[in-house]
Formats: sequence, C-alpha cells, structure tokens
Amino acid sequence: MNVTLLDYGAGNVTSVERALQRLGVASTRASAPEPIATAEALLLPGVGHYATLIRALDERALRQPLLEAIRRGVPFLGICLGLQALYESSEEAPDLTGLDLLPGQIRALPAKVKLPHMGWNQLSIKRNSPLLANIGADAYFYFAHSYAAVDANDRGVCVATCTYGEEFVAVLERGNISAVQFHPEKSGAAGAQVLRNFLGLVA
Amino acid sequence: MRLARRIIPCLDTDGARVVKGVNFVRLRDAGDPVALAMRYNAEGADELVVLDIAASRDRRPTFLETIRRVAAELAIPLTAGGGIRSLDDARAVVRAGADKVTVNTAAVARPALISELSREFGAQAVVLAIDAKRAGSRWHVMVRGGRDSASLDAVSWAKHGASLGAGEILLTSVDRDGTQSGFDIPLTAAISREVLVPVMASGGAKLPEHFAQIFIEGAADAALAASIFHDSVQPIRELKNFLAAKGIEVRLPC
Repeated sequence: MNVTLLDYGAGNVTSVERALQRLGVASTRASAPEPIATAEALLLPGVGHYATLIRALDERALRQPLLEAIRRGVPFLGICLGLQALYESSEEAPDLTGLDLLPGQIRALPAKVKLPHMGWNQLSIKRNSPLLANIGADAYFYFAHSYAAVDANDRGVCVATCTYGEEFVAVLERGNISAVQFHPEKSGAAGAQVLRNFLGLVA
Repeated sequence: MRLARRIIPCLDTDGARVVKGVNFVRLRDAGDPVALAMRYNAEGADELVVLDIAASRDRRPTFLETIRRVAAELAIPLTAGGGIRSLDDARAVVRAGADKVTVNTAAVARPALISELSREFGAQAVVLAIDAKRAGSRWHVMVRGGRDSASLDAVSWAKHGASLGAGEILLTSVDRDGTQSGFDIPLTAAISREVLVPVMASGGAKLPEHFAQIFIEGAADAALAASIFHDSVQPIRELKNFLAAKGIEVRLPC
C-alpha cells in the first residue's frame, strides 16, 4: 500500500511522512494533478492559514483531481486544515471556496479562551467509527488551531467532538472521507493508532 | 475534558550536543540530543524544545542535522530555535522537521519578523521567546542569550508580540534559570494574565511542587525544564502523577 500525501508547499508533510514511516507504510508526495488521479489513498495534511491551502490547491490544479478521487471512493484523510478544507468556506478567508464536500462554514473559536487552542485535549465520542477503534475514551490528542467546524450543519458526519471555548468537530467520517482536527502525527501512541485505523480502511 | 497543562523538556544545544549552564553561563555537556529526545518521547513528555544556544553561522548545518535526527524520533511536537534571524532561517528549521520556531533577539531588533513568520507558517508555529530579568517591580527583556538589556518591558513586549502574530510565549526567567529555586511565579502570572496566547514558563524548576505552583499560581499553560530531566532527577511520569493528584489536568502517559 502507498499513501499519497498532498504536498502544497507548506504544512506538516514531513511530520506525517515520518509518522507513516514509523508504521512501516510507504508514502509519496504529490504536488501535481497526475499522481492524485492514480492514488490508492489520499492524505491532506495542513497547518497554518486556510487561504494558503485553498490557493495552493487551485494554483497547482489539485482541486479537481482531488474531488474526482474522493468521488471515486479513494480513502481520504484530512488533518487539521485538511479537515477544515472539506467545508464550504472559512471565516479565516471568507472570499475563498473550500472543497465544499460538507455544508457549513469554519469559524473562529471564541476569544474568551487563549488562542490558538494549543496542546493536548480529549474527545467526546458521539458514535462508533473504525477511525477510533482501540482508542481509550480518555486518550489525549495534540491540537494546534484557532478555527474549527463549530456550526457544522451536517452533524451526521461527526464522530467525536472536542470542547475548547465551544464544542467543535474533532473527528468526522462520511463514506470514504475521514478527517481529524488534531494532529495524529504528533499525538503519540493514540495518534499512531488513528493513522493505523485509517490505513486499515485502505487495506 | 480540559486542555492539559504541558510538561516540556528543553534541550539547550551547542549545535550538536546538549549543554547546560547556570544563569546562561558556565556550560557543561549534558548528553546526546537524539538519545534524550527518544527517552522523553517514551516517558510521556508533551512536547520537546531544542535550542541552539551557540547559534553561530558555521555551526548552523550541524544544528539543522540535529533537528532532523531528533524530529525523526518524535511522535510529539518539536519546537526549535536559537539564532533565527530571518524567514529563510525559520524555513530551514521547519523543513528539518520542527513544528514551531522560536524567535528572540532578532524579533526584538525587528518585530516585523514575527508577522512574517506568522503569515508563512501560521501563528501556532511561531513562539516568541522572552528572557526576562527583574528590574524593580517590572521585568526587562534581555537579549543575546540573557546578556544585554533591550530596554523593553517584558509584559508589554509579550502583548505586542502576540498582537504581531506569535501564537505562544516561551518565557524564561533569567534570574531563576539554572538555580533550581523554583519558577518565577510573579513574572509568569503577570504575562500569562495579560496575553491572549499560551505561555510556557521556563527557568528554575527542581521540585514537583514548583510545577504545581507555576500552573496554579503562575497560570502557566506549559512548564519547561532541562537538567532535572536530563540528569533523571525528576522522572516525567512521576511528576505528572504528582500533578494529577493535585487536581491539575495532565496527559498521563499510557
């Protein structure tokens, strides 16, 4: 199995690559449309500004091949901004259109808490999902973000939430689309288990 | 369900080896950064900070190689810094595998550097390191490894840095660093209550009680220490159990 990592020139691609290496899984970076069209599994990592990710997807002509691969049923995992990109848009860059696979707008976490939401937090699990198999209910995951899916209209996709200032989508799943707001590649043993679970979905 | 307070070992390096000094001077060798990183990753450290305290131009490639080797072993976040003067310096450190970069002296000299880094990597990747020294009832910002005063108030600088796009403050008490007499609680509380970003407290840790105090009274979001972890004086697991028993939210190692 080979995981195709979308490399848009920023973000945490190296960390994800290393986390997959530790699990003994080969990965290939893709920054052009062609490798996406033939991918067995797709992973969209991301940190930083929403606009950087969305603009890079368009400038490198990755949006269409990515959407087509997802439509074909290729297993997809979005990490952090990679989760946020799945929605219609984000308050962080309201003029841009996201991948628009899920309804709703990504919003800023409330200013009553220190931002970014930075560090290890726990999940509130809403429904069973293979993504969270063999993970204890008290497991911690590493978060580093200021925006989140807080008013996602389509709550059906939500597997687990986290609460910091307000409740937001931490893990989601719809068909072959999976995404996490935290960084599994930086979340110790629990994070490694999430990646292993995703790879299990691929196999 | 609350955000856990973080325990962060800090590796001060001369580029290749971990070193430790008292009040920023009198350095001694404290081990191999990769071996220490692997140990902390396994022991339940929440994050790791690696600083190049020599920060000389000719040692830079050595430091970047250290970052690469450390990052390869870590399943927790890695912050790296020391001598970052430009966007290019920061890119090199991020490309080597750091999740966050710290800026200190260069940001004092040219605050716009903070905004440039924040635009490129996001606020969550930009840590403003402040070395603060008490001066009467306030604290001065110290630069160049704690040697020179920048004639800048530490609380105002922290607020300014956060407004420019720093996503976190790494606050070191120059007075307490290396003394093992406890964190500087008034300094940390003053900054943590004023800024709207997380604060990592550093300098002076020895006893588990010091960590409890800096989280409860100092309102720190994370606490850093070096020699007590390097010398195995304070196992991280034991420290976290102590804090949990005090009702402080910590990520207990699994």
